Amino acid sequence: MIQLKNISKHFGKLKALDGVTTICEKSECIALIGPNGCGKTTLIKTILGMVVPDSGSITFKGNNILNHWQYRDQIGYMPQMGRYPDNMTIGQVLGMMKDIRGKSEGLDEDLIKAFSVQNLLNKRMGTLSGGTIQKVSAALAFLFNPSVLILDEPTAGLDPVASELFKEKILAERDKGKLVLITSHILSDLDDLVTRIIYMQEGKLIFHKSIEELRQDTGEERLVKSIAQVMISNYE
Amino acid sequence: MNKIIKYVITDILRNKIVLIYTVFLLAASFSVFSLEDNSSKGLLSLLNIILIVVPLVSIIFSTIYMYNSAEFIELLVSQPLKRNTIWLSLFTGLASSLSIAFLIGAGVPVLIYQANLVGFTMILTGVLLSIIFAAIAFLATVQTRDKAKGIGAAIMLWLYFSLLFDGLVLFILFQFADYPMENAMIGLSALNPIDLSRILILLQLDVSAMMGYTGAVFKDFFGASNGLIFSFFVLLSWIVIPVWYSTLKFNSKDL
Repeated sequence: MIQLKNISKHFGKLKALDGVTTICEKSECIALIGPNGCGKTTLIKTILGMVVPDSGSITFKGNNILNHWQYRDQIGYMPQMGRYPDNMTIGQVLGMMKDIRGKSEGLDEDLIKAFSVQNLLNKRMGTLSGGTIQKVSAALAFLFNPSVLILDEPTAGLDPVASELFKEKILAERDKGKLVLITSHILSDLDDLVTRIIYMQEGKLIFHKSIEELRQDTGEERLVKSIAQVMISNYE
Repeated sequence: MNKIIKYVITDILRNKIVLIYTVFLLAASFSVFSLEDNSSKGLLSLLNIILIVVPLVSIIFSTIYMYNSAEFIELLVSQPLKRNTIWLSLFTGLASSLSIAFLIGAGVPVLIYQANLVGFTMILTGVLLSIIFAAIAFLATVQTRDKAKGIGAAIMLWLYFSLLFDGLVLFILFQFADYPMENAMIGLSALNPIDLSRILILLQLDVSAMMGYTGAVFKDFFGASNGLIFSFFVLLSWIVIPVWYSTLKFNSKDL
């Protein structure tokens, strides 16, 4: 579904991405894991066209995404730190997104209901807590039934109940045949969600394995322990 | 495109700073007009306030607004939208909100006390200045990610256009006092939208000689209609060029 070929990106002297090549197929839930500053967010942003890579190509369903924008119609993105205009209410933000996408029917409002966002529609974005903003971001990412979901640190600010509901939703969407890309440092959250792991370090893709392969290679049952083992062996 | 513009305008018009700006302009205009017994004198005083305040508020507010919207812009970029559309919508929304604030704050009093050609020119140049300095702010924000640097650059640009430039012009004029400088002066004035706006209004007020060197030279050199056309054309290019260049930059910017 998404194919990355030899993606490299520099920010000044820093090499954020270094020859990343991989393929992400549908019906998978792929976790992007790696130490801080390893290029996870940059990789996500190149897929979204927010960062233009220095070299390499990205194809989305067979089409090169360079200078294209229509393909983003099929992506739901939940940013690490969502921020919205302070003076707009939640209702207006949702309305604006519906306007932008030009869709008002066939919407997936599960998360809006699950997070009780509809009770907060008149609240200004500037008055919301970080967790509530995360809920709005999550609801927005799923709202338009996209075939690809990109979630950057989704569970970081959510309370335990919301986090559980959110994980159930991700599982349901994965089973519907969608591709889900998640970055997270909270490995315990990922344990029963993900089917594949992409491990990155210093802008390089170290491996892209299914979770069974990883378990076999490391001999650990829990994702937390297997990743810890990988991280320690790569840590300098 | 219209959708984003609509949302940007509703967001900004609810902003307290813009409300205070509007109220300040209203208070300044009404007090200036009621202090002077002759309303064209009032217009002259108001001109000086407008030429300082409008560029300052436009450039600083636009810069801060753009930096505060950084994450929101990221969100828009992740949606199925062209970058051109996003950038130009933000600009249109911001420029029109500032223009609306100016029209309510200074436009209404001017129309009440001075509904003539000079009054209209003043309103028009005020609106143009609001848009120009929003455009310059866009240029500053697209150049650097660092908020402190960007706002600093915006303040320096304002300082340059409202104070330093006149000093430079005077310096050059005195240095080359022995040479015919009129044509060069016109070229120089085109480099500063604030001066140009001042000239545009003074050309119609017959007090140009009192308002510094640039104004006097312009009055002397131009017949009023030529001066008007030239000034408006230059002011328009002060909008078009920064917007065009910042759009170009934004299209390849990493967010």
